[in-house]
Amino acid sequence: MQLDQLYQDIILDHYKHPQGRGLRDPFAAEVHHVNPTCGDEVTLRVQLEGDRVVDVSYEGQGCSISQASASVLYELLVGRSVAEAMAVHAAFVELMGGKGQITPDEDVLGDAIAFAGVAKYPARVKCALLSWMALKDAVARVEEKS
Amino acid sequence: MTAVTIPEGMPQYGDVPRFDVERVRADFPILGREVYGEKLVYLDSANTSQKPQQVIEAMALHYAYHNANVARSVHALGAEATAAYDNARAKVAAFINAPSANEVIFTKNATEALNIVANSIGGQLKPGDEVVISEMEHHSNIVPWQLICERTGATLRWFGLTEHGRLDESNLDELVNERTKIVSLVHTSNILGTINATARITARVREVGALLMLDCSQTVPHRGFDVVDYDVDFIAFTGHKMLGPTGIGVLWGREELLNAMPPFLGGGSMIETVKMTGTTYAKAPARFEAGTPPIAEAVGLGAAVDYLNSIGMEAIAWHEKELTAYALDALSTVEGLKIYGPKVPVGRGATISFTLGQIHPHDVGQVLDSLGVQVRVGHHCAKPACDRFGVPALTRASFYLYTTTAEIDALVRGLDQAKRMFS
Repeated sequence: MQLDQLYQDIILDHYKHPQGRGLRDPFAAEVHHVNPTCGDEVTLRVQLEGDRVVDVSYEGQGCSISQASASVLYELLVGRSVAEAMAVHAAFVELMGGKGQITPDEDVLGDAIAFAGVAKYPARVKCALLSWMALKDAVARVEEKS
Repeated sequence: MTAVTIPEGMPQYGDVPRFDVERVRADFPILGREVYGEKLVYLDSANTSQKPQQVIEAMALHYAYHNANVARSVHALGAEATAAYDNARAKVAAFINAPSANEVIFTKNATEALNIVANSIGGQLKPGDEVVISEMEHHSNIVPWQLICERTGATLRWFGLTEHGRLDESNLDELVNERTKIVSLVHTSNILGTINATARITARVREVGALLMLDCSQTVPHRGFDVVDYDVDFIAFTGHKMLGPTGIGVLWGREELLNAMPPFLGGGSMIETVKMTGTTYAKAPARFEAGTPPIAEAVGLGAAVDYLNSIGMEAIAWHEKELTAYALDALSTVEGLKIYGPKVPVGRGATISFTLGQIHPHDVGQVLDSLGVQVRVGHHCAKPACDRFGVPALTRASFYLYTTTAEIDALVRGLDQAKRMFS
């Protein structure tokens, strides 16, 4: 097995140097998601100003894939409009569900293209999606409130 | 290698029962395969064991030549299938020294066996009654009791664990008391490897007039179990961890208790007579075997019992003890590795769980997998035990009669590689 397909340098780099980690105030919504099969957890907060995602902060425990994926999410989505962020989100979810058959668009996904290899490992897809699903849930909660 | 001379007349090192591991391995087709071009190193037998050719063939032969439903047909095939099913029950009964084969109930798995007792005995609980489990249980011996306590208003209590991963019996007399109706404990922990010493607990259970159930899923496959010797009321175990197929488990219980218990699942086979106005129930084992049972699986389990007997449980237990001692030593050479559970090969089984520095078990497991080494990672369906030691997940290596020291060496090499990758 080509381990380096799964653990690309970008992923290991984000894992060892996570961006945006730690819970911050203010926040519009906070969610807690768990992966019941492995016990990994993430607490994620989102702060919106108008239609803009101005901060995503998170804390959790998990494997390198789940931690790196949260870091990439932070880098990729903070500063964007909600609509743009959700478009990137959809592209990432599609990539993860593609069983390794989808060629990711670097213009849309940036560093997240490194997760293309993860999609070939069904047992790890949920790790990569943990924080992304938490974000979607958090944004939905903000929108419900407003 | 032995420097010490043991005086004549005492048990000698050579007296230990042995078997030829390579010959055993040759019976398991899967052990000859490769993964990703690497030799398979299967260290996940606590999860499920591999199956010898003898078990696979017994099931194939049953389907090929003797298949029919049991206990209801007058035809030849029905009689053959029924005899095969009953024969498997007799083999299992002898294997655990059950006084009667009627005490052996075939279930879907150990989980169902635990649920039968939780619902049948537990269903009669009242507010004020207490059930005692422990912090090292598999979820299958926690959740059924939580559900039944919620339903009946009974109180669920539990033994804590010591730092070394053993049952904390310091409050035994308070914990198991006159209000206690049943104590249900794991005999060998699937996560810590601990084999619980039950004598004091059994004595206390008898003193207060409660019932004792042991989850022997990780015991029966590795050292056998004697239900008379242990003086228990119920045990649960499963076929697929003891060289048998999935889809069959065992509930053993004292016959007089089983026949006095209300049924759990209702349906065909478990009745005496059915009228629209009411039903009377068959005695055990049929009482708890509603519907068509796992017939071919029973045949497979019977073949697995034959296989284990042909090697000898004492020899298997000794082999695993040596492997465990070897692995505990070998793992202690891996810097940053921390073992959860007993660190000596005494009062423990051949299952070792650990963390490797800050590296998440998923990542450890993935690197090991790339080298052909199959371990389990995660919470092992024992989240309370993980919580007790403040870890979200562990990596677990578990051994069986076909495991070799070379495979433990492969594990250690893989762990070194994981460290290089993630440090």
